[in-house]
Amino acid sequence: MSYYLGLTQLIGIHTLLGLSAYILMLTGQLSLGQAGFFAIGAYSAGILTVIFELPILPALLAGAFIAAFFAFFVGFPALRVKGLMLVVATIAFGEFVRLFFFNLSWRVPRGDIEVGPDSTNGFREIRYFVANGWSAWEITAFVWIFVILVMAVLWWTDRSRAGAVLRAVGEDELAAQSVGINLTAVKVAAMTAGGFIAGIGGALYAHTATYIDHLTFTVLLATFAISYPILGGLSSVFGTLVAVIFIQGVLVEGLRFLGDWRNIVFGLLIIAAMNLKPSGLFDPRTSQLLKRAVGLGGGE
Amino acid sequence: MLELRGLSKHFGGVKALDGLDLTVNEGDIFGLIGPNGSGKSTTINLICGVYGVTAGTVHFQGDLMNGKPPHQRLRAGIARTFQNIRLFPNLTVWQNLWVAQNSPRDVSAQGFMPRWFGATRRTREEIAGLLELADLGHKSDELASNLAFGEQRRLEFARAAAARPRLLLLDEPAAGMSRAEIDDLSLRIRRVRDSGVTILLVEHVMELVMGVTEQIVVLNFGHKIAFGTPGEVQRNKDVQAAYLGTSSSESQPLDGSV
Ligand SMILES: Nc1ncnc2c1ncn2[C@@H]1O[C@H](COP(=O)(O)OP(=O)(O)O)[C@@H](O)[C@H]1O
Ligand SMILES: [Mg+2]
Repeated sequence: MSYYLGLTQLIGIHTLLGLSAYILMLTGQLSLGQAGFFAIGAYSAGILTVIFELPILPALLAGAFIAAFFAFFVGFPALRVKGLMLVVATIAFGEFVRLFFFNLSWRVPRGDIEVGPDSTNGFREIRYFVANGWSAWEITAFVWIFVILVMAVLWWTDRSRAGAVLRAVGEDELAAQSVGINLTAVKVAAMTAGGFIAGIGGALYAHTATYIDHLTFTVLLATFAISYPILGGLSSVFGTLVAVIFIQGVLVEGLRFLGDWRNIVFGLLIIAAMNLKPSGLFDPRTSQLLKRAVGLGGGE
Repeated sequence: MLELRGLSKHFGGVKALDGLDLTVNEGDIFGLIGPNGSGKSTTINLICGVYGVTAGTVHFQGDLMNGKPPHQRLRAGIARTFQNIRLFPNLTVWQNLWVAQNSPRDVSAQGFMPRWFGATRRTREEIAGLLELADLGHKSDELASNLAFGEQRRLEFARAAAARPRLLLLDEPAAGMSRAEIDDLSLRIRRVRDSGVTILLVEHVMELVMGVTEQIVVLNFGHKIAFGTPGEVQRNKDVQAAYLGTSSSESQPLDGSV
């Protein structure tokens, strides 16, 4: 049972990660830096519960705000680069964050031991849930409250004028500017919101895993983040959820018996799925936005 | 209302526009014509702030516009359409108009509310009016990409009007239209003008220009070669030479055919 609960938690957390890329993709920005914001949320919230002994809720919210804060500042230079250059620039950001945590050592004594991030040895003992006697069911419910909240907010936004404005920017920046939309404000807002959502995901990840190190937050994680909305489509937030269930629940878990060969099969399956069923996985709206995002066939 | 002084735009060695002076008065329907590549679209892009000027100034209602980004110029009251239609293809007709309501009065805290209670009564009424202007009332929930060509042009026109601009720049709005559609369009242009909007009409199709404009500037190779009423311009030797000097298909519009 606890295996399935753990998987359910992971699916929830990866859904948050995917949604953080989803909101950016709505505005036509393809970012491979989402693992960086996820890492900032994970380390910040972990430090707050472990070193500052804060309860989980304020620590999680603080982690999300700190990630959003960095995303806000990444948003401005990101405006200057587009398409593949944005992908490269956000990879650089993600690696910068990873290397920062690779070097971060902040140890404080607690009883007989020291706790806190310990550079290459990772950040152990993020034991808030265990220490407070939470059951696996309770932890799972806690994770999914945030997943449902974030999905509800995004679903709601998509029905508002603000949501239409996000999509307008993703569809045609020049037309959006010409009808009076402030591109800078919209793109930076999407980046900040994406950072906030990734930060929540990271904070939840750190506390469910109880151990994190820099290797968790590589560009592989960032690739997962964008593959969910790519596979699930940009028509609705539910696409991202379905894609996470499919990739994490069916592919990754189902192929576990293959060991390291799994990654190859995983890659092949995705390529096959995209070729065999391009309109099922990729709705036309998504492929159009993606082409724009990487600068192919995006008009002037 | 609109004053261009010494307006120039060079792309590398290409002088797309070279020292254009032009004054559009409030309430005008002002024509800007010229052969292909003469700098008409460039002029619109300079007025809207899509391009920065190489030299010269753009004044709108007495304010210097140079350096302001397009969305600020829209909010100051300058709206435009594109020569190649640029709608938001995966938004519905209604949403295309909704996101284009960006005059200072429109920006409100209700932006995050879903349509059914985020759109105020005034918003709904205005969009209904725009749909009626574009004759698209029956297609309001259709995706813009599913519209026929003529409908897309009408939607783009209505979208430009959605921000209640003071000045509307139309870049070849009649391109590809049938005769009946062009007649329709001239009515629509007049209607918008009569509601208090000044219009700068860039056009290739002479029927439309000659029918609705009161004053015309003719461009060739980035220079103004003529200025006057439609009749005066049509009789101008330089203008005839400019049109005849280019390909034969471009000499036709002067005679009135498309
Ligand atoms: N973005 C651009 N880059 C380079 N050259 C351009 C650009 N836009 C327009 N031009 C050139 O400027 C000239 C005027 O173009 P344009 O204003 O589009 O003419 P028109 O709208 O009158 O047909 C043409 O020679 C065109 O090739
Ligand atoms: Mg043109």
